[in-house]
Amino acid sequence: MRPEKHNSRRAISPPKSTPQLPSATTHPNVDAIQRVDRGSELGWRAQLAVPLAALVALAIHLLFSKRAPAVETHSYTLFFYEILGVSAVLSIAQGFWMPLRSWMRHMFPILTAAILLLGLWDIVTFGFQLLPMPYFPGPAAVLRSLINDRVLLLDSTWHSLALLLSGYTVGVLVGLISGVCIGWSTPVRYWGMPLLKVVGPIPATAWIPLAMVVSPSAIVSAAGLIALAVWFPVTMLTASGISNTRASYLDVARTLGAGRAYLIFRVAIPAAVPSIFIGLFMGLGASFLTLVVAESVGVKSGLGWYVSWAQGWAEYGKVYAALIIMAAFFSTIMTLLFKVRDRVLVWQKGVIKW
Amino acid sequence: MVALAETEASSLGIREIRKSFPLPDDPLLRRPVLDGISFSLAAGELVSLIGPSGCGKSTLLRLIAGLESPDSGELLIGSEKITQPGAERGLVFQDPNLFPWLTVRRNIQAGLVASGVLREKHHEVDDFMRLVGLETFADAYPHHLSGGMAQRVALARALINHPKVLLLDEPLGALDAFTRMRMQDEVLRLWRARGTTMLLVTHDIDEAIYMSDRIMIMSPRPGRIERIISVALDRPRQRSSPDFLRLRGDILEFVHFAGNAPMENKS
Ligand SMILES: Nc1ncnc2c1ncn2[C@@H]1O[C@H](COP(=O)(O)OP(=O)(O)OP(=O)(O)O)[C@@H](O)[C@H]1O
Ligand SMILES: [Mg+2]
Repeated sequence: MRPEKHNSRRAISPPKSTPQLPSATTHPNVDAIQRVDRGSELGWRAQLAVPLAALVALAIHLLFSKRAPAVETHSYTLFFYEILGVSAVLSIAQGFWMPLRSWMRHMFPILTAAILLLGLWDIVTFGFQLLPMPYFPGPAAVLRSLINDRVLLLDSTWHSLALLLSGYTVGVLVGLISGVCIGWSTPVRYWGMPLLKVVGPIPATAWIPLAMVVSPSAIVSAAGLIALAVWFPVTMLTASGISNTRASYLDVARTLGAGRAYLIFRVAIPAAVPSIFIGLFMGLGASFLTLVVAESVGVKSGLGWYVSWAQGWAEYGKVYAALIIMAAFFSTIMTLLFKVRDRVLVWQKGVIKW
Repeated sequence: MVALAETEASSLGIREIRKSFPLPDDPLLRRPVLDGISFSLAAGELVSLIGPSGCGKSTLLRLIAGLESPDSGELLIGSEKITQPGAERGLVFQDPNLFPWLTVRRNIQAGLVASGVLREKHHEVDDFMRLVGLETFADAYPHHLSGGMAQRVALARALINHPKVLLLDEPLGALDAFTRMRMQDEVLRLWRARGTTMLLVTHDIDEAIYMSDRIMIMSPRPGRIERIISVALDRPRQRSSPDFLRLRGDILEFVHFAGNAPMENKS
């Protein structure tokens, strides 16, 4: 628990006669720290909404699935029994497990909506076939593709992850170095900034034709393109963060006897971290885009390749399955970066909220 | 009057300092801010600098700290010329300017880290945290501190390097009256224990009389040292003693008429 704001007023101590460093009055810490209970009462809505929604969606599905062969809908039905089971357990467990209760109070509207949306999707596609087939399969068909093709999907995810991480890491490292150099040193800024401004805004994917000619392997050129896509925003925002370091911080450090290394690594870079994180997020978005494009054009593996391959065979169930994996994959990485940022920028808590 | 000890390494010599800044709207025109400032601080002396807002007090301290260089004139610490900032001259800025990314403890020990002596002097961090009464806030970040607390951290941060000369730019301005008086005593005690030479900028005439050996009064536009007053009162000083109050009255009167008062000869 963080200490609360504290009244700095306290009794004047009579001068002591300690020869060395005199100490201030050791004040008793009388801060009354209060605990605030939130979400303590049990809401029937939070308890019932999710199982009810699951029941509705399941009923919808069972209604329509009579017409279809059992193999096609079996796993989806099973999946919904599971959802129903889990939501029932959750709503009962809320009764005596506090953390879960407050979590559910926060989450139940969105969970309910998600489940109902599945039901709606079921009605529109599988039920009444309002959308042209085979482009819009129902949730059951997508789930079936997901399960049947799980080995290939897992393998593709793994390849995408390896490619993304290698490209992103290289791009971030190079971007941080070039950003710090451009932000700190005036001559480097003079020569580097025009280059950055001219070359940087070109979308990395526009280099694909060139990259294919230059590089021996498609994987390497894809990693290079991802690195390029990440490099630009990271460099730009690192440089701007460094050069916008408040002069007074640098002045303070200098009067404390700081040398150049301290000024750069312990003042300018920490001061630039909020800006650097914006660059990291922008770079991450650009890297997803470049990854998928590079995979569907040149690289013969990964989720991007899987999507265009499945599309070639008109297996749209698989396309959606891959999109679902991509969504989970990319948003997990994004969430991880958010977690890292929250950890690194604790000192800024309350200043930024994005 | 304290005898000047030029040989001592912690004395300050300021000789005919001039400093001007470019005007914001026309960089070719320069406005003089300091116009021929000269004075000396003996080693271990505590001198206050008072003067109206904008007369160049902070600029003078920045020059002595080495953060700016004068247009002309000479700044000496001991017998060495001041050309750049150094850990032997500490400066407590008008704003606390704590590093927001460091906890209170790490802010205070920044000086040790910067001079690469953290390992040997680690134990002193606790002493200084106790000195400014912030030991319970060791792991808090600056945005959790009140203005007065932040200023106390800034004071501890400047003290930790044991500077020979300490420049204080209204360090106690943000504190409430009680904390302020206590900190005045703490600063005085440090001053006596260490023999640090101190130059204290303040707006508070009582504080100047209570603390200093001499008081320098500056006049504005361009900044000059108008008068230097020796405070020949015994320490510890009584804020309500007749001598104290008489001196206070003299200074108030002088400051009030400083604009049209004739130049007095510098002591
Ligand atoms: N970097 C700078 N560029 C231009 N002008 C400056 C600069 N720094 C200070 N000045 C000008 O110099 C003058 C003196 O400023 P300074 O901060 O030294 O005043 P001060 O005596 O400390 O005032 P206060 O008591 O309000 O702190 C002001 O008029 C200010 O506008
Ligand atoms: Mg000032």
